[in-house]
Amino acid sequence: MADVALHPNRVPATKATRRRNGLHNALRRKSTVAFLMTLPLILLVAAFVIYPALYSLHLATLNKSMTKFIGLGNFEFLFKRDTFWLVVKQSCIFAISAVIFKALIGFIVAHFVHNVPANKQRRWRGMLLVPWVIPPAMSTLAWLWLFDPSYSAFNYTLSFFGIGPIPWTGDANWARFSVILVNVWYGAPFFMIMYLAALKSVPEQLYEAAAIDGANWWQRIWYVTLPMMRNIIAITTLFSLIVTFANFDIVRILTAGGPLDHTHIFATWAFRVGIEGSDIPLGASVSLFMVPILAVAAIFILRDISKRGNEA
Amino acid sequence: MSTITIDKAGPTRKVKKYGSISRDRAWALRWSYFFLVLFAIFSLTPPLYMLITSLKSSAEISAATNPWWVYHPTLENYIGLLTSNQFLRFFWNSAWVSIIVVTITMLISVPAAFALARMKFWGSATLATGVFLTYLIPDTLLFIPLFKMFVLIGDWTGIQLINRWYVLLFIYPTLTVPFCTWIMIGYFASIPKELDEAAIIDGASWFQTLTRIFIPVALPGLIAATIFAFTVSWAQFLYPLVFTTSTDQLVLPVGIITTLIKGDVFNWGQIMTGALLGAAPPLIIYAFLMDYYIAGLTAGATKG
Repeated sequence: MADVALHPNRVPATKATRRRNGLHNALRRKSTVAFLMTLPLILLVAAFVIYPALYSLHLATLNKSMTKFIGLGNFEFLFKRDTFWLVVKQSCIFAISAVIFKALIGFIVAHFVHNVPANKQRRWRGMLLVPWVIPPAMSTLAWLWLFDPSYSAFNYTLSFFGIGPIPWTGDANWARFSVILVNVWYGAPFFMIMYLAALKSVPEQLYEAAAIDGANWWQRIWYVTLPMMRNIIAITTLFSLIVTFANFDIVRILTAGGPLDHTHIFATWAFRVGIEGSDIPLGASVSLFMVPILAVAAIFILRDISKRGNEA
Repeated sequence: MSTITIDKAGPTRKVKKYGSISRDRAWALRWSYFFLVLFAIFSLTPPLYMLITSLKSSAEISAATNPWWVYHPTLENYIGLLTSNQFLRFFWNSAWVSIIVVTITMLISVPAAFALARMKFWGSATLATGVFLTYLIPDTLLFIPLFKMFVLIGDWTGIQLINRWYVLLFIYPTLTVPFCTWIMIGYFASIPKELDEAAIIDGASWFQTLTRIFIPVALPGLIAATIFAFTVSWAQFLYPLVFTTSTDQLVLPVGIITTLIKGDVFNWGQIMTGALLGAAPPLIIYAFLMDYYIAGLTAGATKG
């Protein structure tokens, strides 16, 4: 590119040529070109990720009208509110139980898909991954309709078994169950795909050796499959923990935090307080509480990834 | 005599054992199919229920007949939505935002990934790690400061960004670029060094190496990254919910939720039709390019 642009300028004065050659050489230098190629990425991340992240730290120290510095006043206020502790509790229940069930279901389903003859695996994988492909906002609407208080298709089906109408989103505990169920439905296929890829990379000889040594199926999973998949399981789980902990769409659409704020998690409550309640500093403080857990998960992921890099 | 009996016993025992293993396998297979069918039902119930409801008239829905069956299929919901200017507006907003964001994402992340994978420079390893870390920062952490930032930019410069669909063009790349860069680094790093060394020796510039060698060779990765960027921009819900409010600026997911749900009156037939139409583009892409989709999904964690 640089070559073509500079050609017409070669004819005039020699001094100019030399100076341009300096620029030319700089452009030819590997590090300069590389830096220019990454510049848009750096600018994007600096302007729309790093700056807002630091800005939210600043915002969290302001009062509601954002005119006065109040230090940790917002946090003091939060610690005194029962709703805040409810949100902390629900966020942990939601994220941990959803991730555990996603990981378990993903692991089990991956094994079943792996058992099926190779030429049929594609079809099953295709069907089972559909929940992950549909935009979560759209599929949660379908769940909302399945859970509808008066026309619930689930309650219609359950009534044949004599199970009374279940208040899927009306009762606090059922609503907690429902948001977790929808999240598991949405996230389990991701685990399934990751585990399936990991299962396929386990050498067949290991299983043969285990079978010769007389290992039963449980021992084969415990001593061969799990150690071989350890890394993928760790990364996938930590990654999913971050995404689930920061979830917004599902809770927002399914319950909007209700009944009585019992299903609010950090993201939905920050939205309620910060955007709907237009108390931006308080909302920023609420979402900052996600940082410690995200940071811990991120550190572990990085450690695992660099370990993989060293092994390879 | 003894040798003969041994000879006879050998094969029979062998046959018997094979039989039991294959019987075990057959049972394992049957159980696998059984559970796979159960899980497939679990996975496909919501989308199928969307389809069922979208074919019902509102009279049939409120009559509370068997919810799993359509007695009088009708396309009135589809006709209603596809002739409504508002809905088409949402659809076009979504389509434009997604297409432009995919283009921006590719223009930023492909050169960056190339530089980070091949042209070692001061801080390139740190930057690659930083890109991955950025990918881990969720949208829910940044929407409040970003909202305030755009309000302030509007106040200072007079450029109205809040409640304009194009504000999403600045924000969505923060979700797509880090991941796309990350998986492209993986794909580029897997290309043999000899290939680009040969190109450089033949006098190709870095730019030519990228466009003539790397992009064609890493095309599957490029397709996977494109699909990912499109899916993420199409599905994003939080940012448009926060940054856009008037009905002509909304994208599809937010549009369906804010306009079709009017107070306590839920027009479920139309909502399900809208949801299904909103889910259609990613589903269609997925149906045709499933292998790329899965490659992109697994590349994020297995390469690196």
